[in-house]
Amino acid sequence: MRHMIDPLDFSVEEVDKLLGLADDIAADPSRYREVCKYKKLATLFYEPSTRTRLSFEAAMLNLGGSVLGFSSADSSSAAKGESIADTIRVISCYADICAMRHPKEGAPLRASMYSKIPVINAGDGGHQHPTQTLTDLMTIRRRLGRLENLTIGLCGDLKFGRTVHSLIKSLSRYSGIRFILISPEELRVPDYIIREVLQPKGIPYEEVTSLEDAMPQLDILYMTRVQKERFFNEEDYIRLKDSYILTEEKMKLAKENMAVLHPLPRVNEITLPVDDDPRAAYFEQVQNGVYVRMALIMTLLGLADQPSC
Amino acid sequence: MKTTRRIDSIENGIVIDHIQVGNGMKIYNLLKLDAAECTVVLIRNARSERYGRKDVIKIEGDIQLNLDLLGYVDHHVTVCFIKGGEIVEKKKLTLPKRLTNVIRCKNPRCICTIEEGIDHVFELTAHNTYRCIYCENQSKA
Repeated sequence: MRHMIDPLDFSVEEVDKLLGLADDIAADPSRYREVCKYKKLATLFYEPSTRTRLSFEAAMLNLGGSVLGFSSADSSSAAKGESIADTIRVISCYADICAMRHPKEGAPLRASMYSKIPVINAGDGGHQHPTQTLTDLMTIRRRLGRLENLTIGLCGDLKFGRTVHSLIKSLSRYSGIRFILISPEELRVPDYIIREVLQPKGIPYEEVTSLEDAMPQLDILYMTRVQKERFFNEEDYIRLKDSYILTEEKMKLAKENMAVLHPLPRVNEITLPVDDDPRAAYFEQVQNGVYVRMALIMTLLGLADQPSC
Repeated sequence: MKTTRRIDSIENGIVIDHIQVGNGMKIYNLLKLDAAECTVVLIRNARSERYGRKDVIKIEGDIQLNLDLLGYVDHHVTVCFIKGGEIVEKKKLTLPKRLTNVIRCKNPRCICTIEEGIDHVFELTAHNTYRCIYCENQSKA
């Protein structure tokens, strides 16, 4: 039985196959509307996340399956002190697959050790968010037609931003990738990402503080929000939250076919007029997130190779 | 008649050799040898051909050693198992690939901090560091 806990759980070939299936679904979703008929997805969300939860639920409903679950720890047995190990053993009796979001890092991995059904990590604290990474990869591939030979700018909170860490690790498996890491000093990418991911593979990278200087070089600009919930100290959050704001003026410095991605929700780091720029790909990313989750659910349930409707 | 006992000869037991100078007492404490009922000798600053100086611990009698813990604290160590005055097995320790409940994860965001009955498991990376399998928080070897 396969799980999706870390974005690197799938090989490059498996990711390519999954993205191919997601593209196929995007081309004609109606062909897949009964693939998961009579299957149930449990959404175990121990912290609020309307967006990711609804994306998973939409994905399963689009496949003809059904959904059950909870959307906060208060409404789950965790409030009574139940362990992750016990919860997943119980849920395994109710559903065919589950998506888990948890504020504690490693909770989905813990669940996968005791689960009888595939577990998808829907975000564990500041650690991993593999389905967001798959969404990002799908969007980049659909926008630029490739995942190789790209200059990727990652901007904002690169320290606590789990989507950033996962994306760097995943893209570092493709050739010709170059990163420009744009952040304030306090929110730079953790040293281990540099030391254990970028440097051993000889992947070129720059750590800079100016978004404007980086703009002309980028094929992809990945914007992030400075997340209040990742800070223990509110003063630090207030000081850093407005470090980077993408405006129409800054967009003028970018290549014509550059794409702007953002895992959403945004606060003020992308101004509203940028939404009308054809290079803004973040709402397309949301749609791709549903397709890629459909492809992942099918793959983990062993239904990816079955003929669609 | 005066009787003497040579402390370097063991009939049945274990010799933990090639301990880096200064680590002897640390290992003695971590292995809780102060509570052992058997004879234990800690030699500090002994001469060593290989390292110049070394610490050595000799334990007379049967004792269960946590070799993972030992390898983590000092992977230069050699453990000699002795029976009938002869060395019957010699183990050159290396950094263990996996440590269970030897290091505790200190990341307050890790599932280890709240899940009842969970083992604190760390795995060795290619860079000779240990990472918690749950949150990937690093602990240096």
